[in-house]
Amino acid sequence: MADKTVNTSENSIKIAKNHKSLKYQIHKNRASYFMMAPYFILFFFFTVLPVAISMILSFTNFNVLEMPDFVGWKNYIKLFLEDDIFMISLKNTLLFAVITGPISYLLCLLFAWIINEFKGKLRAFLTLIFYAPSICGNAYVVWNLILTGDRYGYLNGLLLKYEIIDEAIVWMKTEKYVMPILIIVQLWLSLGTGFLAFIAGLQTIDKSLYEAAAIDGVKNRWQELWFVTLPAMKPQLMFGAVMQITQSFAVADISINLAGNPSVNYAGATVVTHLLDYGSTRFEMGYASAIATILFLLMVGTNKLVQRLLRRVGE
Amino acid sequence: MKRRQRQIVDYSNRKWVPFWMRPKEKKLNRSKAGNGLLFTLMFICGIFMALPLVMIINNALKPLDELFQYPPKIFVKNPTLENFSDLFVLMTDTWVPFSRYIMNTIIITVGGMVGHVVIASLAAYPLAKHKFPGKNILFNMVVLSMMFSWQVTQIPQYLIISWLHINNTYLALILPAWSFGMGLYLMKQFMEQLPDTLMESAKIDGAGEWKIFWRIIMPNVKPAWLTLAIFQFQQMWGNTGGTFLRDEELKPLQYSLLQITQGGPARAGAGAAVTFVIAAVPIIFFLVCQSNIMETMTTSGMKE
Repeated sequence: MADKTVNTSENSIKIAKNHKSLKYQIHKNRASYFMMAPYFILFFFFTVLPVAISMILSFTNFNVLEMPDFVGWKNYIKLFLEDDIFMISLKNTLLFAVITGPISYLLCLLFAWIINEFKGKLRAFLTLIFYAPSICGNAYVVWNLILTGDRYGYLNGLLLKYEIIDEAIVWMKTEKYVMPILIIVQLWLSLGTGFLAFIAGLQTIDKSLYEAAAIDGVKNRWQELWFVTLPAMKPQLMFGAVMQITQSFAVADISINLAGNPSVNYAGATVVTHLLDYGSTRFEMGYASAIATILFLLMVGTNKLVQRLLRRVGE
Repeated sequence: MKRRQRQIVDYSNRKWVPFWMRPKEKKLNRSKAGNGLLFTLMFICGIFMALPLVMIINNALKPLDELFQYPPKIFVKNPTLENFSDLFVLMTDTWVPFSRYIMNTIIITVGGMVGHVVIASLAAYPLAKHKFPGKNILFNMVVLSMMFSWQVTQIPQYLIISWLHINNTYLALILPAWSFGMGLYLMKQFMEQLPDTLMESAKIDGAGEWKIFWRIIMPNVKPAWLTLAIFQFQQMWGNTGGTFLRDEELKPLQYSLLQITQGGPARAGAGAAVTFVIAAVPIIFFLVCQSNIMETMTTSGMKE
């Protein structure tokens, strides 16, 4: 009798162990792996492999034409100890990210939330208006008109007319104006990926949550936003944050198009403009890869921090 | 406040819904002062945001002398359609028949978009709803991959594409587009929100994973995949073929249109029309998708 009970429990332990084993788990979830296979096979070839190769290249001297030769940490050492412009561009990028990141993110959320009050065709139209800078290709060329350096530029014209300034300012060639203007243009461009994800996220929130909240004593729209809407769209908030980080740290296009590359005394230099300078102008891909790796680590760290903050929303 | 479990009730096959179960018309908790404040803010910002749209439309309608006017004016004085007829003449006069470019773009854009939405959603579903070994590693890899500057991965990617012998084919543009990280992340985040009960009840009814995915998951995350379609359409539409497509017969529309604008000042009129066309197509697609996102709201609930 006693023998038998020991036996069964041993058996059940065996079965439980077997269920925990990796092989069993993989076999049990084979449907999941099949569903993921097409994406992840392509992902491996076209994303993981190129990134891994770039990271390896960051330890080499590679001019695209000849075989790369291994130089160890030399690129990184040069980056931090000898490259003054990298330090300027790093400082600019951090300033840029700290200002535009959070503000853009809040703007996306705010406008998505306001637009959610509208219905039907009007709503689609309003979404288009706010998304317009992102959908019109390189829409920031509009700013070239506004910021033209002579007295015919719209901004100069306006300021001269009201006698705020005496003579036209060459906006993008004056060091102290470059960063503030780039930040404003970036904010103007900020309603992109995150904004549309929030618009869609607001749609998937269950309407009965709001009724329940009203019964529970939520009095106005602001409370409703904090206690109901935001907690319900946490996954989208996380997504928006990641997109915001990738955008505000990798800013380069607007700097190159509005301020030029290199810009006046490197006032508009960012990490990615520096990377492009080495990668596509000087063909030093090893060095460019080292810059990319540093930027990557910076974004990963920021992402960790932001995700931790976002977990507290609505608490 | 405790988060409530989401309840999805299907009213669709009931003939009569009692009034307390009908969706409410009026929004709760809205004050007039708040409405006024927010809508004024939105109106002011809206003017700035609409600027590029206004410019593109006006430029396309400007006759040549207004296009060259200095200082440039935003609004058109004597609108004409001359630019479009110029563009049309130039289009009939290309190396390869123009319809070929259009066909290429349709293949690349639709292929890149539909394929990505399908395989990214397929991969996102197990990542969002199932537990299995390796799940976190795979997901984190996708999220982190978006943070590596694409400018430096271009060359390794080119080498891999040549190594796979898909260079100078549509696949060289389509396959990398299918593996973008953003789409999987977006779909996974939306699927995570769906209550587990939704799938459990389907499983009890005997539905397999495949059926659950197509019949239950996808209809319930319609706003997500419509949004993803917008992003992907924009991305693929803007693709000029770059270094991957060498043959003229394979080049997309974007490439040939940009060729037209590079003809110097004489092409300024046609160029303005080109800018209009390049922007108009994704905008139309955007509006179609966005109005469908809204429709899901009115017909929300589980579909069978």
